[in-house]
Amino acid sequence: MMQEAKVEAEFEPTILAFCCNWCSYAGADLAGTSRFEYPTNVRIIRVMCSGRLDPTFVLSAFRWGADGVLITGCHPGDCHYVQGNYMMERRFAFLKEALTHLGIEPERLKLEWISAGEGEKFAALIRDATQRIKQLGPNPLKAT
Amino acid sequence: MGKEEPRIGVFVCYCGVNIGGVVNVPDVVKYAKTLPNVSYSEGNIYTCSEAGLASLKKAIKEHSLNRVIVASCTPRTHEPLFRSACREAGLNHYLFEMANIREQCSWVHAHRQEKATKKAKDIVRMAVARATWLEPHDEPELEIKDTSLVVGGGIAGMTAALTLADQGFKTYLVEKEPELGGNLRGLHKLYPTMQDTRDILEPIVKSVKANKLIEVLTSTLVSDVKGYVGNFKVTLSSNNEKKDVEVGTIIVACGAKNYTPPKGLYQYGVFPNIMTQLELDALLREEKIKKPPERVVMIQCVGARKGEIRAVDLAGFPKSDTARLLAKILKAKKEEGWPYCSKICCMNAIKNAILVKDKFPQTDVIILYGDVRVYKEYEDFYSMARESQVKFIKHIEEVTPEIAQEPEGKLTVTAYDALSGQELRLPCDWVVLSTPLIPHKEEVLLARMLKIPISSDGFLMEAHVKLRPVDTQTDGIFLAGAGSGPKDVPESIVSAKAAAARAGTLMANKKMRTEALTSVVDEDKCIGCGLCEEICTYGAHYLEDAKSHTIAALCRGCGACAAECPRRAISMQHFTDEQVLAMVKAALTEES
Repeated sequence: MMQEAKVEAEFEPTILAFCCNWCSYAGADLAGTSRFEYPTNVRIIRVMCSGRLDPTFVLSAFRWGADGVLITGCHPGDCHYVQGNYMMERRFAFLKEALTHLGIEPERLKLEWISAGEGEKFAALIRDATQRIKQLGPNPLKAT
Repeated sequence: MGKEEPRIGVFVCYCGVNIGGVVNVPDVVKYAKTLPNVSYSEGNIYTCSEAGLASLKKAIKEHSLNRVIVASCTPRTHEPLFRSACREAGLNHYLFEMANIREQCSWVHAHRQEKATKKAKDIVRMAVARATWLEPHDEPELEIKDTSLVVGGGIAGMTAALTLADQGFKTYLVEKEPELGGNLRGLHKLYPTMQDTRDILEPIVKSVKANKLIEVLTSTLVSDVKGYVGNFKVTLSSNNEKKDVEVGTIIVACGAKNYTPPKGLYQYGVFPNIMTQLELDALLREEKIKKPPERVVMIQCVGARKGEIRAVDLAGFPKSDTARLLAKILKAKKEEGWPYCSKICCMNAIKNAILVKDKFPQTDVIILYGDVRVYKEYEDFYSMARESQVKFIKHIEEVTPEIAQEPEGKLTVTAYDALSGQELRLPCDWVVLSTPLIPHKEEVLLARMLKIPISSDGFLMEAHVKLRPVDTQTDGIFLAGAGSGPKDVPESIVSAKAAAARAGTLMANKKMRTEALTSVVDEDKCIGCGLCEEICTYGAHYLEDAKSHTIAALCRGCGACAAECPRRAISMQHFTDEQVLAMVKAALTEES
């Protein structure tokens, strides 16, 4: 615990979370309504569907210094737009690969399905991601 | 960016102490003023109150604001209210933006006030960056044809058709079977009134057939759906004959079916005298019982609420993308069983138990259950069964009861009593299995044609489980009956009338406006590769003269095409690349 507290004092990561309007953004709202606390490091960007996420949004986020990016959407089979989340899943595989080539640890990018009823899951995701990215340290592109 | 310089107004809400108790609102208001393009900012105790809205409208006029940001709660609840305030002040509502500093800030960071204030500033900065790029949009107006199509001729479909006809709308009622009636045709009596199903069904079928506004098409399937709300072009097929109809709205009342266990599950189909509740129903109706049974054991939740299903027919699904994901769901069902509660099986078992007792008072009826779910007035129905000596035994559900064959056509059910933990050996004549209601296989194809998502339980998904229970994500298409999940007769009727009212409202208005959340193609950039046409779930893109075009009425605004377009020729209105990237950049740049 002591060590964790020390790390926190040294480095506060900035993490972006893309949330789809119908499931994961509503899940984030539910975390709030339920008062599930989580670290303040995440900035949420709402899009209508995870399928809207152009890979360049994610790559630009890393280029501009994001320490981590979370992509969240509806569970498989529950997509409001039928199959947008599957399109995102395909691009996600590509993005992971691309990050490796750019010298960014692929663990900085995470895809998670969160329903409108999973406030606790959303809060847990933010807690875990913040902890994980703290351990990874700052985005290596920031140093260059 | 619009032609005029952006003049952004930022309204930061205290929400009483909800935000104000955690976030330093005056500090955020002050900070907002320093951001580019912000001409005005103020704090409100409740921006959504009458006073708050009046102040917002006044500021729009006094400061000639052409972009408005309210930093308060979630757009999912309050965006419509603030949008209408903007409209009232003469501002196009697509120039409004919300910054969620309550659900996604003060409520989750109650003990980190300083950090929460910093985060609130960041959220406001991101909203300002996005607002700079917002553009006004007109909402296209569509004509709505005053004819409807109801798919499914069960109790829900017939009720929906009659309700529409009562409102004066011509309605096509399509049924895949040769006769109207759906599941009710196979049922003997209905709980809790014990009315004969035929007494309920026949008058309804008659009035449907007699109604001049309803055109009944039996042995007919929907084979293709084109078009959009107000202007659907539907192809119906019957014995290789095709018929095209044009309708303004569609009500899907495709129902559900009773699950038949695969051979061998609880020895079903292996030993005689093991039947489903539906088969017992038929036996009771046809009065074919030669010898009264000494004992009947009913087993609840067979293949439901736990994993024991072994057979779901996957044949017949096309191998496209959607079908593959649906096949995944069904495969999971195959391995895990139908996980949900069908909610009608308890009452159905109680009804049949009472019917057996009425007919053969000497017969011992035992219901083996994990949970009995009798709600509302059905509690009395349960008490009635107990009074007629029907025995309810709670057994350990995790241990599947074993069924053995004895001489002279007798059976023995072995289960474990949940209260004593002791083994129960129940010699009996019949075993009756209560099985769940499950979706029809054809529903999958229908869902694909109508672009309705399917829930993880395999049923058609409503637009919002609480707030829009009979709407679908596709405008102009509504849900009635058990196709969206198990329902009994009164619930099916309620949903059918609700769906008919929703469809009727649209058709009575003759016109509707659709949201401007649609994609737009830049023809100069488009190379006509056709990828957008290929990936669009809704058929909203088509190629003409080697250029892609959007049919705005079909576009649902997911933005997948904008993300996939290799030439960045497609722009998703209100969620453009510039708008999203401006937020990304603002989130990562302290001073923008």
